[in-house]
Amino acid sequence: MANELKRTPLFEEYSKYGGKTIDFGGWELPVQFSSIKAEHEAVRTKAGLFDVSHMGEIFVEGSESLAYLQKLVTNDVSKIAINQTQYTAMCYENGGVVDDLLIYKLAEDRYLLIVNASNIEKDFEWMKTLVSGDVKLTDASDEYGQLALQGPLAEKVLQTLTETPLQDIRPFRLEQNVSIAGYDTITSRTGYTGEDGFEIYAAPEAIIALWGKILTAGEADGVIPCGLGSRDTLRFESCLPLYGQELSKDISPLEAGINFVVKLNKEVDFVGKSALQAQKENGVPRKSIGIEMIDKGIPRHGYPVFKGDTQIGEVTTGTQSPLTKRNIGLALIDSEYAELGQELEIEIRNRRLKVVTTATPFYKRQK
Amino acid sequence: MSTPKDLRYSEEHEWVKTEDGKVRIGITHFAQSELGDIVFVELPQVGDELVADEPFGSVESVKTVSELYAPISGKVVEINEELEDSPEFVNESPYDKAWMVVVEPADNAQVDALLTAEQYEAIIEE
Repeated sequence: MANELKRTPLFEEYSKYGGKTIDFGGWELPVQFSSIKAEHEAVRTKAGLFDVSHMGEIFVEGSESLAYLQKLVTNDVSKIAINQTQYTAMCYENGGVVDDLLIYKLAEDRYLLIVNASNIEKDFEWMKTLVSGDVKLTDASDEYGQLALQGPLAEKVLQTLTETPLQDIRPFRLEQNVSIAGYDTITSRTGYTGEDGFEIYAAPEAIIALWGKILTAGEADGVIPCGLGSRDTLRFESCLPLYGQELSKDISPLEAGINFVVKLNKEVDFVGKSALQAQKENGVPRKSIGIEMIDKGIPRHGYPVFKGDTQIGEVTTGTQSPLTKRNIGLALIDSEYAELGQELEIEIRNRRLKVVTTATPFYKRQK
Repeated sequence: MSTPKDLRYSEEHEWVKTEDGKVRIGITHFAQSELGDIVFVELPQVGDELVADEPFGSVESVKTVSELYAPISGKVVEINEELEDSPEFVNESPYDKAWMVVVEPADNAQVDALLTAEQYEAIIEE
């Protein structure tokens, strides 16, 4: 099966930069270039460049696009203007999550949806079932690559390659036809690391050229190529959910704590609304909480969580924070144990170890 | 790639050094380089019995958990407590500062059956 892994346009570049690849949901992607710790630190203090070309791009076009999206997703798409982006979720009728995604409003009748790589086909099939009226869906995932330049120096470095004043692209805004080093891009001030930064969409050939140009432009400022390992530790410290861990078909956005994407009051009924309404009225059965080890050990995805002899949930993500060295995790547990400061146990290789529920996010950028 | 000639090796990337009838065990340079930054090492306790090819502990990097497999059977007589506070020794000094346990072998023939440096190098070069 190994030879069937999908690759991004940048695959050939990884080895030139010391990239070590792994199977990531069917994609052969770099887990690290130098080290997860060094890359994590670079993004927190300088900037790092990620190849995220595996992400999916789906266009929604036509005069009834807005009505369609309002039905499809939980957030209120009518609130965003052209050149704004919005984080949202699409749910099943039972409130479980099909995927979490970003919506880019490119025109009144044209939207770009950025979905998780491992969900592209599933999402597209799901989206097709809800189409009615003048709505056209196009999976353009193979026509776009994506780079993420993340970190406090991202604007400074990227500005050296473009005439577009990047300071005018505010958080969750985008610009179309941004020429970077002569290549046409869609560039947004978004990311998945908890830092300032940009996500850049362009044709595969342009992505290959921009990868090298951005790294060269940023070399003096300490910009380094970063892999999915640090992307995961960065997003985790900032408590940004990862589909398949914090979110899934069996976990609702309210349980995962991304309540801000669920707009029960928007005018259009969306798929999953009644289930989520009921969860909100009756209280969510489970909650995503932070945990920190009291005993020695590192929490990991899938480890069971106990109160006494009763299993009350599972760790969804855990690691040792590369900078603070705290052994921390996110766990989805019965809501009644979700108060801060509760002592619970997790099971690591048949041993019960103490943890305490702790405040999230674990990291917040100083602005 | 450094593979000390005076040690013996397991296919699970542990090294074994014979010292006065006991053996010292750690993981190889190749293993640590594959794992990346080690942030946690879990070892057995003194007095525990290792069973050849069974897990006796684990090493964790930021991203991964890997079990340590006992290259031989025997009783643990010493553990490297420094690794609790300095797991980075596994990356910095896999054959020296990052030894993990000292074991009294149950059967010396198990030590003799381990790979030589040349045999181990042939495996990791594949």
